[in-house]
Amino acid sequence: MLKGRHLIEPGDFQLNEIESIMQLADNIIADPEGYSLVCKGKLLASLFYEPSTRTRFSFEAAMLRLGGEIIGFDDPNNSSVSKGESLGDTIRTIECYSDIAVIRHPREGTARLVSKFANEMPIINAGDGGHEHPTQTLTDLLTIRKFKGSCDNHVVGVCGDLLFGRTIHSLVKTLSRYQGIRFVFISPTELKMPAHILNQLDPKSYQETTSLDEVINSLDILYMSRVQRERFVSEEEYLRLKNYYILDKKKMKGAKPDMIVMHPLPRVNEIATEVDADPRAVYFAQAKYGMYVRMALIAKLLGVEDRK
Amino acid sequence: MINVSKLKKGIIIDHIEAGHGFEIYKELHLNDIDDVVVLLKNIPSKKMKQKDLIKIETDMQIDMTVLGLIDPNVTINFVKNGELYKKISLTLPKVVNGIMTCKNPRCITQYEDVKEIKFFLVNEDKKQYRCEYCDAYTTFIDEE
Repeated sequence: MLKGRHLIEPGDFQLNEIESIMQLADNIIADPEGYSLVCKGKLLASLFYEPSTRTRFSFEAAMLRLGGEIIGFDDPNNSSVSKGESLGDTIRTIECYSDIAVIRHPREGTARLVSKFANEMPIINAGDGGHEHPTQTLTDLLTIRKFKGSCDNHVVGVCGDLLFGRTIHSLVKTLSRYQGIRFVFISPTELKMPAHILNQLDPKSYQETTSLDEVINSLDILYMSRVQRERFVSEEEYLRLKNYYILDKKKMKGAKPDMIVMHPLPRVNEIATEVDADPRAVYFAQAKYGMYVRMALIAKLLGVEDRK
Repeated sequence: MINVSKLKKGIIIDHIEAGHGFEIYKELHLNDIDDVVVLLKNIPSKKMKQKDLIKIETDMQIDMTVLGLIDPNVTINFVKNGELYKKISLTLPKVVNGIMTCKNPRCITQYEDVKEIKFFLVNEDKKQYRCEYCDAYTTFIDEE
């Protein structure tokens, strides 16, 4: 039962609960009209303390497509935060008006903290600094399920900035709970997967390499990620590493015919635009599934999916 | 050897690793109490070569969690009417609530007034704890 629960990190939900969200997303995709009024009369508070394009839009689009309404801000200077109000007081006040809240904040652990002040209003973490981004993980899982049939038994290549990528950490931890998943971590030495993530994995379930070319033929899924400029002190170092991996047509020739390429977006140079036309490139479909999976999540947490 | 008179009532914190005595003294805020407190440093010990020891003539309650975090190997002896009536050994607590603070500069607890932060033991050897909010690993004592 997900009604009234918070989603702060993917580990908050059991796999069968995640599966129930995926099934509802499937139903919504099959019959979006049927779900277009299930949130009628419900309000979503959209609390974005830092900029976001696709996450905020996908949440707001999700609520509107379910027939609900939105209140909120995308600039904390327009809220009482600018008057020095604590997060606890902000949430207690917002709970007086809203049925569910989505929060993005630059500080790690914010969503967990505010969830303690919400008595009945479910809180969804839409990203807390470099910590967690659970709805991106749900998006990724739905995409894998849609294109590969299930989330079990895949060789998953994760390529790029494995050190700082919060979406990657959440995804790897969650996928490791499925059956028969083997990871190939592809990164420059400077951006390797951190020990605290590797420590949570079965050592036999992963390999690490710096060469995408050498392993691309073994992958069922290739998850590309952006090297984030804001993480680097040295601009020179960033420029050197940002183009370390560029997935292009030539590299794609070495991949399996049914491999899929995923990316949380936005991309910079790591996937050449010439790859977009390849049917194996599913990152824009992934962005669309992000909206459907958020529709399913909102409906589940509000307990309104049966209003259809 | 310095002689300290026998305790009639109170607590003896024994087998403190040499050098940790003052840390425990500070963390228990023993400076703030009016009762008799004795801190002995670098006492010769067969088992430990050297140890620290604290005697407190008091009825006050001790927060065992703090002691376990600073030095999980200490022994606490409780004395009443000049007799030892209870002896306990400490271990590293699995969960610590409201004593530690998170050292991650990006953690929300550095910016909001969060009263009781829970920490979960993740590595006994390194005495590392995980913050309930940001999941960063931290230790109670910096040098460890």
